[in-house]
Amino acid sequence: MAPPTSRRTSSNKRAQLGVFTGYVLAGLGALFGAALLIISIMRPETFNGLRMMAADVASPAGEAGAVARTGSQNVFDAIAGYYRAGSRNAELEKEAEIARIRLAEAEALRQENARLKAVLGITEADTSPVAVARLIGSTSSSVRRIGYISAGRDDGVQPGMPITSPTGLIGRVLETGARSSRVLLLTDSESMVPVRRSTDNTVAFAEGRSDGSLRLRLINLGINPIKPGDVFVTSGAGGLFRPNIAVAVARQITRDGAIAQLLSNPAATDFVVVEPIWQRELTNQASSLRAGEAAAE
Amino acid sequence: MMETLHPNARRDPFGSRINRAQSPLLAYGLPWASILLGSLTPWLPIISPAPVLPPLGLMMILAWRLVRPGLLPLWAGVPLGFFDDLFSGQPMGSGILLFSLILIGIELIEIRFPWRSFWFDWLTASGIVAIYLVVAGLLSGLGLSLDRLQILVPQLLLSIMLFPFVARLVAHLDRLRLMRVRRIS
Repeated sequence: MAPPTSRRTSSNKRAQLGVFTGYVLAGLGALFGAALLIISIMRPETFNGLRMMAADVASPAGEAGAVARTGSQNVFDAIAGYYRAGSRNAELEKEAEIARIRLAEAEALRQENARLKAVLGITEADTSPVAVARLIGSTSSSVRRIGYISAGRDDGVQPGMPITSPTGLIGRVLETGARSSRVLLLTDSESMVPVRRSTDNTVAFAEGRSDGSLRLRLINLGINPIKPGDVFVTSGAGGLFRPNIAVAVARQITRDGAIAQLLSNPAATDFVVVEPIWQRELTNQASSLRAGEAAAE
Repeated sequence: MMETLHPNARRDPFGSRINRAQSPLLAYGLPWASILLGSLTPWLPIISPAPVLPPLGLMMILAWRLVRPGLLPLWAGVPLGFFDDLFSGQPMGSGILLFSLILIGIELIEIRFPWRSFWFDWLTASGIVAIYLVVAGLLSGLGLSLDRLQILVPQLLLSIMLFPFVARLVAHLDRLRLMRVRRIS
């Protein structure tokens, strides 16, 4: 189709000026966008409030969709589970997988018990859930992997809290609104979780690769002890995630660790649990100590 | 009298020509509303571990711009990009920058190739979506290695295959846009 004649400005001065103004405005807009982009890459948290307001407004629609998803799980499984080939016996496979995760978690618990007995006097923090929420959306067309859950500040959710599902860790809360929260999924390229092998104390960092898998980087470099099939659980280092939540299973060995498959596929998850930050007491004590010192001075 | 001879004598595809006029709100608002709706894909109940859905907001812009040239102003990338950034998960500003550049780019393509066919539009849209996905990926922290860029391939193929459908949808919306719904006395 030919473009409309309004673009052929000929010698009409006013029309020429209009076209020129359009270009100037669009150019200025692009520059404005570039400036915002630089700001948000340097300080990613700058525009969070704005985003959360928008998310709060749109979340009821997402929630309605999530309710519908429960009924038609298989359709969306087929769409979203693009990477899972041969899903004929997916149901059985899933059950076997959960059993394997449980086994690995039990093994991890046994180890944890032994270690705790060795270090008497430290009681584990209370891990009763803060809230139960639906996973109502994710940035499914962007490389960043950010999800939305249907619980926010009003339900007691705070930034940093871990999000888990029955099959393992999903991510952590990035930002809270009144009724919804943004969640940094484990597969996001900015996400990093301290993990250890469930059978021993091989510690590593799990980084997201934004394609449904994680990259495990060993902390102690040397001979790579990881074998395909090894299950990794959170190590509790850093105080954010409690220990022994299943994270990933190693699939392919690399030079400094492994590529691991995520255990809790968010696509198959309906309800998630928001857990409290594991070592909240310690961080609170530290901050109150600091406040006390400041008051003494 | 006319109606008894020919029932559609005083009608055109957009409705009765007597006593009815197009609504400016519908005629100018529908393109914007449909693009904004396309930007809301993150609220679809699809939780994917990898990027799979096409950037529907961008594809709606492309379709409106290519199917009905001259409707979107050249600066439309700024507000539409801002809205897209609110939900897409990209760093704020990437949508504003890329959408603006894309609209300027289409303008230049149109000056260079004034007469275009559907196939050429499809090619244009595919090229633009491919560039957009790669640049948006780089802006949000995807490494520049071949291995990393592979995760964009399914999304890109889906986008290219989906463009004719989006263009057809926009063509239908374009007819809806010009319906004579306003009663004038």
